[in-house]
Amino acid sequence: MEIGLTHFLVVSAILFAFGIFAVLTRKNAILVLMGLELILNSANINFIAFSRFCASYGNINIEGHVATIFVIVLAAAEVAVALAIFLNIYQNFKHVEVEEIKDLKE
Amino acid sequence: MALSELLNNLQNSIDFYAIVFYILAALVVGAGLITILSRKLMHSAVALLFAFFGVAGLYALLAADFIAVTQIMVYIGGILTLIIFGVMLTSKINNVKMTALSIDSTTTAIGAIISVICGVGLSVLYIFTDWNEKPIDTLPVTTLQDIGNLLFTNYLIGFIAAAILLLVAFIGAALIARRKN
Repeated sequence: MEIGLTHFLVVSAILFAFGIFAVLTRKNAILVLMGLELILNSANINFIAFSRFCASYGNINIEGHVATIFVIVLAAAEVAVALAIFLNIYQNFKHVEVEEIKDLKE
Repeated sequence: MALSELLNNLQNSIDFYAIVFYILAALVVGAGLITILSRKLMHSAVALLFAFFGVAGLYALLAADFIAVTQIMVYIGGILTLIIFGVMLTSKINNVKMTALSIDSTTTAIGAIISVICGVGLSVLYIFTDWNEKPIDTLPVTTLQDIGNLLFTNYLIGFIAAAILLLVAFIGAALIARRKN
C-alpha cells in the first residue's frame, strides 16, 4: 500500500494521544511539559502532511510550513517561561509536583 | 543532491519510501511511549530526543527541508536542552527515584482511557474522511524561497509579532528565574 496522507495523520494521532496521557496523569511538571511538546509536534506533523498532500496549483501548499514555524516559535517561548516558573516553584516548595502546588505564595 | 531529487527517486521506488516511513514511525511511536511511561525523568528526556529526531525525519520525508532542519535546531538544540536543564535543576541528586510516576492508579486508568479515546477517535476520523488529496507532479527543489517570500509578504505582521513575543518571553523568563535574595 502506498504511503499517503493517512499514514502520517495516524502517526500524529498516536503522538497526540501520548501527549494527552502525559498531561493528564503525570505528577512531575516537567513531564507535563514534555507531553505538551508531543502534542505540538503532532499538530506540526498534520500541518506539514496536509501541505504536502493537498497541493495548490500543483505545488506544495507552503502556508502549512509557515504555520509550523509559528508553532515552533510559540513552543520555544512557552518552554522558556514554563521552566522559569518551575525553577521558582522549586525554590519555594522543594518539589515540582503539580498535585501539591495549591498556593501561589508560601 | 537536493532533497527533492532524492525524494523523487524515492517516490519512484515506493517500497523503499514505505520502509523509511515505517522505520521513522516506529522510532517516533516507540520513543514517545518511553517518554510517557519511563519511571526516570532523565530517561524520558533522552527518549524525547529520539522522538524529535523521528519527527524531523518525517518532515524530511514530506519534502519539508527547512522545517526538518528547524526542528533539529530549535527542538533538539534549544527546547530539549532547556528541558534537561529543568530536570537537573528541579530534582534532588540523592533522590534516586526522581519520581515521575503518576498520581494514583485510578487517575492513570482514567487518563489512559481518555487518551485512547482521543487517539482512536482521531485515527478513525483521519482514515474515513475524504481529504480531497491533490498530487504533486514534481517536488520543488527547496521550500526555502517560498517560505521566505510568504513570511515577508502575507505573514509580515505575524513574523514581527512572533519576534516581539520571543523577545518578551525570554526577558520575562530571565526575570522570573532570577534568584531572589
